[in-house]
Amino acid sequence: MKLVTAVVKPFKLDDVKQALHDLGVAGMTVAEVHGHGRQRGHSEVYRGAEYVVDFVPKVRLEVVVDDATVTTVVDAIVDAARTGQIGDGKVWVTAVEELVRIRTGERGPDAL
Amino acid sequence: MHVDAGDTAWVLGSAALVLFMTPGLALFYGGMVRSKNVLAMMVQNLGAIAVVSVVWALLAYTLAFGPDAGGFIGGLRFAGLGHPAAALPGMNLHVPPLAFAAFQMMFAVITCALLTGAGADRMRFGPFLVFAAVWTVVVYAPVAHWVFSPHGWLFRRGVLDFAGGNVVEVDSGASALALALVLGRRRGWPREVMAPHSLPLTVIGAGILWFGWFGFNAGSALGANALAAKALVDTQLAACTGLLGWLVMERLRTGHATTLGAASGAVAGLVAITPACGFVDPWAALVIGALGGVTGVLAVALKNRLRYDDSLDVVGVHGACGAVGTVSIGVLASQGAGVHLLGVQALAVLATAAWAFGLTWLLATLIHRTVGLRASAEAEVEGLDTAIHAESAYDFGNVRAGRLG
Repeated sequence: MKLVTAVVKPFKLDDVKQALHDLGVAGMTVAEVHGHGRQRGHSEVYRGAEYVVDFVPKVRLEVVVDDATVTTVVDAIVDAARTGQIGDGKVWVTAVEELVRIRTGERGPDAL
Repeated sequence: MHVDAGDTAWVLGSAALVLFMTPGLALFYGGMVRSKNVLAMMVQNLGAIAVVSVVWALLAYTLAFGPDAGGFIGGLRFAGLGHPAAALPGMNLHVPPLAFAAFQMMFAVITCALLTGAGADRMRFGPFLVFAAVWTVVVYAPVAHWVFSPHGWLFRRGVLDFAGGNVVEVDSGASALALALVLGRRRGWPREVMAPHSLPLTVIGAGILWFGWFGFNAGSALGANALAAKALVDTQLAACTGLLGWLVMERLRTGHATTLGAASGAVAGLVAITPACGFVDPWAALVIGALGGVTGVLAVALKNRLRYDDSLDVVGVHGACGAVGTVSIGVLASQGAGVHLLGVQALAVLATAAWAFGLTWLLATLIHRTVGLRASAEAEVEGLDTAIHAESAYDFGNVRAGRLG
């Protein structure tokens, strides 16, 4: 099993969610986060004082998937989240040692 | 004394309008601070309403409008709002003296509340209330007497201040500068981002201030008459050109017309027309409002250059625009404009600013050195809302600690 983590532009969340649903991915966890990569921040002006805001709003999405489907899932996220502009975000994959469905106690891929 | 029902109704209603300005100010300022300090800002404004109203009734009203002692301060005849049926010295009112006392009470409240903007994010609550009580007696009441009482020394010299450009705006602006200097800069200012946490609150607050200002300015006619109508029209026009003036200036300087600029510009225009609204024609109100908007942008820029942390620009918006409005009467008054009036107006601004700055500096220093006026470094970093008041403004249902006990 693999944990797929994606940091994407907030307005792309619906597209990514739809793409994952289309693949039959059963669930996911999202969080509103702030960060920057090469995009850096943006500037804001309040009564003439200019502030550079380093961390811009992003959405972090996490989903645990089967080893067999991980490449399809990553590709789907990348396709759905891409605008081609700087600041599109990143996707990374980590290994998952164990997974338990709390309600039933099922373990491993059965708990997906 | 003839009491007119219409006049009385308008003055009583205006008193309520002016009171509403202080909760409006709480929103205006509350939106501009960081989210960890919004409640501290608001409760300081509520506290100012309570403390200043009581002090006004007990002592400050009589010092401002009681029988005169040499043009400098009123006597104690009206202490505790005593002798409520007695006529006010030198004034020919068509409203009950208590209606006038209530109307003026709200002026004292908002003037003191304005100072909270200079101490944003770092001033302690209890010591501020002590400050507010003493400040109303030693700073506000004498200046109100000089300018508003017919026996005051500036009034007798012919100063024109229709609704408090001097008594409210210059007074609060100069006091705010002293308070900001005694408190010192906020930790991290100007290096760290201290952007407003909710401009929608600020916009609502500006709207309430604008609304209340009709009571403030047109109510100062002390009658339901043509003078009140003129003051109201002048007030509206100046607010609008103030708003536009600020936006044009900041668009030229920074490339953006901002929401905070619109809200600030309206207030700057209102401040500038406050002393003038009964004395100038509508075309002059358009000019004075625009002057206010432009002055506000430049005065705020000066703060950023000189690096004094008048956090929410009480000096720039109230002090500077109030001074410009007061002095402009010398040129733009529909009657009596000229070099002599210009000199009197400038004298009033200088005398008020010197008195307010000097005594506020002494008072704030005294409180700062004894009980302490500034919050601890720990409280400032944590935020005054939780550190001082044990509350937080926004709970979005996030994971939080369970209830104690």
